[in-house]
Amino acid sequence: MSTLEVSPAQSMPEQPSHSVTNEFSLQVATANGSGSQTANTVMMRAIFQMGIPVSGKNMFPSNIAGLPTWFTIRASRKGYIGRRKEIDFLVAMNPETAREDVLKLDSGATVVYDEPLKLNELRTDLNFFPIPFDKLVAPVCPEAKLRKLVRNMIYDGVVAFLLKIEMEEIYKALVKQFGKRKAKAAELNWGACKAGFEYAEKTFTPKLPISVERMDGTAGKIIIDGNAACALGSIFAGCTVVTWYPITPSSSLVETMIGYAKRFRIDPETQKATFAIVQAEDELASIGMALGAGWAGARSMTATAGPGVSLMSEFIGLGYYADIPVVVYDVERVGPSTGLPTRTAQSDLISTALLSHGDTKHPIFFPCSPEECFSMSIDAFDFAEKFQTPVFVFTDLDLGMNNWMSDPFPYPEKPIERGKVLNAEDLEKLGGFARYKDVDGDGVGYRTLPGTKHPAAAYFTRGSGHNDKAQYTEREDDYINNMDRLAHKFEVMRKHVPEPVVEDAEGAKIGFICIGTSDYAVRESCDQLREEYGIAASYLRLKAFPFTQQMIEFIERHERVYVVDQNRDAQLLGLMRLELAAELIAKLRSVRYYGGLPLDARTVTDEVVKQEGK
Amino acid sequence: MSTTTVTPPPKKVNRIGLEVINYKGGKTTLCAGCGHNSVSERIIEAFYELGVEPYSVAKFSGIGCSSKSPAYFLGLSHGFNGVHGRMPAIATGALLANRTLMGVGVTGDGDTASIGMGQFIHMVRRNFPLIYIIENNGVYGLTKGQFSATADLGSTLKSGTVNDLPPFDCCALALRWGATFVARSFSGDKRQLQAIIKTAIAHKGLSVIDVISPCVTFNDHEGSTKSYSYMKDHETSLHELDFVPYFQDIAVEIPEGEVTDVEMHDGSHLRIRKLGRDYDPTDRLAAATVLEEAESKGEVLTGVLYVNTSKPTFLEQLNIVDEPLGTLPESQTRPSRAALEQIMEELR
Repeated sequence: MSTLEVSPAQSMPEQPSHSVTNEFSLQVATANGSGSQTANTVMMRAIFQMGIPVSGKNMFPSNIAGLPTWFTIRASRKGYIGRRKEIDFLVAMNPETAREDVLKLDSGATVVYDEPLKLNELRTDLNFFPIPFDKLVAPVCPEAKLRKLVRNMIYDGVVAFLLKIEMEEIYKALVKQFGKRKAKAAELNWGACKAGFEYAEKTFTPKLPISVERMDGTAGKIIIDGNAACALGSIFAGCTVVTWYPITPSSSLVETMIGYAKRFRIDPETQKATFAIVQAEDELASIGMALGAGWAGARSMTATAGPGVSLMSEFIGLGYYADIPVVVYDVERVGPSTGLPTRTAQSDLISTALLSHGDTKHPIFFPCSPEECFSMSIDAFDFAEKFQTPVFVFTDLDLGMNNWMSDPFPYPEKPIERGKVLNAEDLEKLGGFARYKDVDGDGVGYRTLPGTKHPAAAYFTRGSGHNDKAQYTEREDDYINNMDRLAHKFEVMRKHVPEPVVEDAEGAKIGFICIGTSDYAVRESCDQLREEYGIAASYLRLKAFPFTQQMIEFIERHERVYVVDQNRDAQLLGLMRLELAAELIAKLRSVRYYGGLPLDARTVTDEVVKQEGK
Repeated sequence: MSTTTVTPPPKKVNRIGLEVINYKGGKTTLCAGCGHNSVSERIIEAFYELGVEPYSVAKFSGIGCSSKSPAYFLGLSHGFNGVHGRMPAIATGALLANRTLMGVGVTGDGDTASIGMGQFIHMVRRNFPLIYIIENNGVYGLTKGQFSATADLGSTLKSGTVNDLPPFDCCALALRWGATFVARSFSGDKRQLQAIIKTAIAHKGLSVIDVISPCVTFNDHEGSTKSYSYMKDHETSLHELDFVPYFQDIAVEIPEGEVTDVEMHDGSHLRIRKLGRDYDPTDRLAAATVLEEAESKGEVLTGVLYVNTSKPTFLEQLNIVDEPLGTLPESQTRPSRAALEQIMEELR
C-alpha cells in the first residue's frame, strides 16, 4: 500500500514527437562522491546490452565530494550519440539542484525523485514518481555506513521498471562493473536495485511516452572512454617512455595506460617492463623528459590539458627547432587559466598550433571517437618520428572522460615506422652525416641516436642557432636556411597528415567544417536542417592541422561554409584565416559554443538557421 | 745514414686504444682563464685515463656559460644543450630511453640553484644515475654579472652592490635529499677534481659535484667569495683523494697511515687519505655536520663529502628491460593481435 501521490494523468500534455521508443535523454542529478557513477554506468551499459545505441555524459564539478553532478544517458535508435539538450526523464537525487532541474524540463517529462523533496508541488505538467529511498535502502543494506553508496542503485531498479529495461541486463552490467573480486559489493547493489524495481512495480502503473525495447544496434561494439582509447593506441604504437604530470581531464589517460602496460608490455622471459612510465614533478619536467627520451630514440609521450600545454611552451619550441619527435596529448578543458577544469572545450587550438616564442608551428591531430583515438594515436607516433617533431593529439573532456559506444579497434596492420635513423653500419658506408641537411628534399634530416658506436655518430643538439651540421652559428644564411627547411618540412607534412572526412550533400550551397567531438552535433544538425528546414548541408571534418587541399576545395565548392568552434574566439576559423586566400575567407561563417558542455545539434541548427535568414 | 727510417714514437693510448684527442671537443669560446675550461680539461683527462668509451656517453647541459662547455669536451659523444634549468629532465628522458648510456651533465649555479632548483632537487630525490657537475661561480656570467642564488652573503658585485641574501649550498641539498655521491671541489685543484670525477664515473647513482669555478670577468675581484684569491685563502681540503680504477692492481700502491677505501660499484676504489681528522664519507650525518662547521668558519670545504653505494638508482627501481627501451623491436613493443582481441572482448 502506498500513500504516495502520482500526478494526475489528465494534466499531461501531448507527447513531444521525439519521445518514443529508444529515443530519449535521461538525466540523473546527484552530488558527487555519492556512488552514483556505478548506478549510472550500470544503467547505460544495460541499455547498450539491449542493443540500443547509447551515450553517457558526465557533467561533474572540480571537487571530490558533495557538489552537484549530472549524468545524462542518451538512447537513440537512430544512432545519435551527441549531447541532446532536452531531457525526457529526470532522476532528481540532489536536493541542492532539484528545483532548478525540474523547472528546466520540457512539458511531459518524467521525474523520479526522493520523496521528501516534494517536487510534485512544483509543476503539474510532468510525470512524477516519488520514491522513499531511505525507507527502501535500510532493509537491503543493514550496514548504515554503506547506505549512502548503495542507495543510488535503487533508482536503477525504478528506472528499469518504468522504462522497461530488462533486469537481467542490469544484473549482467552490475557484475561486469564490479568484477569477480567484488562479488559481495555487486550482490549488495543488486539487492538495492531489486528493491527499487519491486517498489515501483507494486506502486506505479507505467504509462510513459518513452521506453526501451530490445534492438540490434550495438552488436560487436564496445564501450570505452577516449582517454582509455588513447592509452591503448599508445601501447599498440609501441610507445616506450611516458612522462606525465596529473591534470584533469587527462590523468586517466596515463593511469589506464599503466594498467594495460602492466598486463601487455611485460617481457615474458625476463618479467621486465618494455616501457617506463614516470610521474614527473611538473609539466616542465614531463615534456623535458619526453623530449630527452625522443632524442635518445624512444617513442615518447606526455598527456596533459591546457594549463600543462602552456607550461610546456618553451620546451615545445626546442623540440620544433631541434627536430625532436614526441607525442603530446592535450585533453582540452575550459580555459583560460584554471578555467572550468571539469568542463569541455576546444579552446587550445591557436595557442598550441603556434606554441612557443619565435616562428613555430606544430602538427595537431583531431580524433573524434574512441576508434580514432586508438588509430590516430598510432599514426601520431609514426608521424612524430617520420617528421622528427612534436605532434599534438587533441581530444577534449567530452571525448576523453565520457563513455562512448565504439566500433572495436582494428589491429594496426602497418609496421611501426621509426623514421630516418642512421646506425653504425650506415655511418660506415656513408662516412659521416650532417644532422640537419635536407638530403631527401622533405626537410627532414637524418639523425643518429646517442650510444651509436661509431666515430661519426655524435652531434650536438641545441636550441641555439645551428647549421646543418648542428654546429653553433649566428650567421644570417645558416639561420635562414634552417628556418626555411623547417617551414618546408611543415608544408610536406600537409600532404601526409590524416585526410579530412568529406561528405558532400546533393545540391548543398552551404557546408560545415569542424574538428573532433563537434562531429556528433554537426552531423545531427545536418539531418535537422534537411528534415526541418529543407536545407542541404555538406560536411567536412578535419582530422589534422596543417589543413589540406581537400579543405580548400570544399570551401571553393560551397557558397557559405559554417566553421564550428567550441570556443569563444572562433579559433578554428582564425587558424583557417592564416592559411586561406581572401576570397575563401569571405565564404566562412562562424558557429560558436563555449558554455563548457558537449556541443549539441540544436545549438548548431538554430545558429545556422538564424544566419541563413530562415 | 740516409737509409735509416725513423719510427715515430708510439702514440699514447688508453686501455681501449684511444688517444686523448679522442676525448676533446670543440675549441672553447669561454673567457681565457675561466674556471669552466679547467673543469672541461679534468673531464677529458678522467674519461681518457679511465678508458670510458665515448660513444656510450651522453652529455647534457642547460643554459649559461657553464652549459656551453659540453661542446668543448668528449666530441665523440652525443650532446644536448637544452633550456635553462631543465637539464635534469632531458637527461632523465634520454637515460629512460637508453639506460646503457653514461650521462654527464654540466650546469651552473644559476641553472641549478635558481630556475632549475625544482628539477635539481627532484633528480636528487630520484637518485637518478647521472654525473651532475655544477660549475659554481656565484654569478650570472652570460647576462653580465648579476648575483646568483649561490652568491655568499655579503659578497659584492663589480658595481659594488652587496648581496644580502644567504646562499643555497647545493651539496647540502644533494646530501639531504638523496644523492648518493656528493663532492665539492675547486676548478684550480687539478688533482682533487680529477680524482672526484673519476670516482663519479665509477659511481652508479647520482653524483653531485659542486665545483667552485671563478668567473674571471665578473666575479674575480676583491669582495667576491668565489674568486681565485678568495678560494686560495679559504679552501680547506677534507682529505686527499686517490682513485684506483678496478682494472689497476690495487696492491701496487698502498699508502700508509690513515687511509679509507670505499669500494665503488665496478670494483674500483676511492682511497681517502685523512688529514688529521676522522672522517667517514659514508656517514651522511657527519657530512652535514662538517658542511655546517665549514660554513660557520667561513671555509670552503672540498673533497668527497658523501658516498653511498648501496641505495638503488631510479632506473633500477623501474624494473625495465636491460636493453635500451628506445630501440626495442616491434615484436617487443606492440602487443599481439590476440591481446587486442582480449581487450576488446573485455569492453563489450
